[in-house]
Amino acid sequence: MANGVQNDPAADEPKQTIVFEKVSIGFEGYPVLEEISFTLEHGETKILLGVSGSGKTLILKLALGLIKPDSGRIYVLGREITQMKEEDLFGLRRMIGMVFQESALFDSLTVEENVAYRLYEEHIAYEEIHRRVIEALRFVELEDTVGLYPPELSGGMRRRVAIARAIITEPHVLLYDSPTGGLDPVTSTTIIELLVKQRDVYKTSALLVTHRLQDAVLMATHYFNRQANRMAHIPDGQRGDTHTRFILLRDCRIIFQGTAAELSNSPDPYIRDYLS
Amino acid sequence: MELFSPTEFAKDKVLSVQEYALLSWHSLTNLFKQPRYLADMLQQADLIGVGSLPIVILTGFFTGAVLALQSANSLTRFGALSFTGQLVSLSMVRELGPVLTGLMVAGRNASGMASELGSMKVTEQIDAMRALGTDPEKKLVTPRVISTMVMLFFLTIISDLVGLTGGSMVAVLLLRLDSNEYWNYAWRSLAMADVFQGLAKPVFFGFIIATVGCYYGLSARGGTQGVGRATTQAVVAASVLILVVDFFLTRLLMVIVPVR
Repeated sequence: MANGVQNDPAADEPKQTIVFEKVSIGFEGYPVLEEISFTLEHGETKILLGVSGSGKTLILKLALGLIKPDSGRIYVLGREITQMKEEDLFGLRRMIGMVFQESALFDSLTVEENVAYRLYEEHIAYEEIHRRVIEALRFVELEDTVGLYPPELSGGMRRRVAIARAIITEPHVLLYDSPTGGLDPVTSTTIIELLVKQRDVYKTSALLVTHRLQDAVLMATHYFNRQANRMAHIPDGQRGDTHTRFILLRDCRIIFQGTAAELSNSPDPYIRDYLS
Repeated sequence: MELFSPTEFAKDKVLSVQEYALLSWHSLTNLFKQPRYLADMLQQADLIGVGSLPIVILTGFFTGAVLALQSANSLTRFGALSFTGQLVSLSMVRELGPVLTGLMVAGRNASGMASELGSMKVTEQIDAMRALGTDPEKKLVTPRVISTMVMLFFLTIISDLVGLTGGSMVAVLLLRLDSNEYWNYAWRSLAMADVFQGLAKPVFFGFIIATVGCYYGLSARGGTQGVGRATTQAVVAASVLILVVDFFLTRLLMVIVPVR
């Protein structure tokens, strides 16, 4: 995007985008996450896998400071957020893009107003806002929907608008909460292609929650071909790191962290069962 | 069936009061912090003020009219029918105008706020707003609270005036009283203390309506059913609080500005 997403933000960004240190949280006496520790490096995509209710979405909300952990520390863009006041968190959140599970678009605002929401808050000139909205919507191939309201869009279109809203401010890190959940395979692939594009073209660090193993594999085995303007499989025999790593959650804990190859070669019976 | 724990129940209620108190406090203090959402305030003022005008006019008019009609019976017995204007005027300005307008606006707007914010809450729009770096209390609560306080003040003035007009129509058309006499009594009976009392109340009622509506909306849980529950609770709580606060406020105002 013209306004800097293309610029490598590494210069003003710490190497470790998100750090979880022994984070635990529970509700009504029941633990949900226990001693969760992982690091999201700059430019890396971490895919959070696990069965429903394993706390994947909770990790995203913790990273955004929407919920405070019971114990442990969380660092986002070099700042410890566990002790930060809500008022200070608002400034930090402007550097993070979040795509919610059900899109969470403001249903009384048009697509343009939704995508431009953050820019309106910053009192940017309307012409500039409109230009950037069109640019962001072009990225998700929805530039013709500016005047529509979210209920007038299909599920897949809503997810794409949510992605446009998340990326318009050129965030340092993106958090995706099941962006393909409940979508048909074709639309899911379109969404994954956008995520791969964001990862490979703009080098944005990302945490991705998904239930769909095929989407995770797609992310790990594909790169964005700029010449063809589409996602392509890394040819067999060629080495290429898609900077994509996996985290698998089970019984409130992380039971696996590593690459796609390490995951598929894991001897752990639960992981083998999960992958099958 | 799960056993009922009085301790948990008490804790839950104390927590609710604490959350409500904090929300109420922030709704006012946010006015002194950046950013201020003036456009949202004006939009809410239009929705709450102009939108509530028809029901406030209708309620005010018929309350004044029925007040004149009811009082005529008693006043005739004492040969004091000409005091109808005074009775309607004092009742409307001191008590019925602010309370009925407050109840009407509570029914219309506390429910509206609770359902709107509740829907936003259950569809994660509130979280999305926080994720986008916007404080929902500043963006959603403060404009609603300030607008309701300001607009209820003006709606009460309109309600008082329309109520007096309703009373005058009954006095002139049904009771065959002289119009000048009615308005003369109505005007002369009002002291500054009455007007002050009548116009101080809507400011407090407006605060109650908006904070209660927003509180129940923002604490809605459990999908559409939860939003429905929050809406009902908001209207009930706001209406009851208006009547309870009215008593204590009247007592307090009587001390601060004694009515002759």
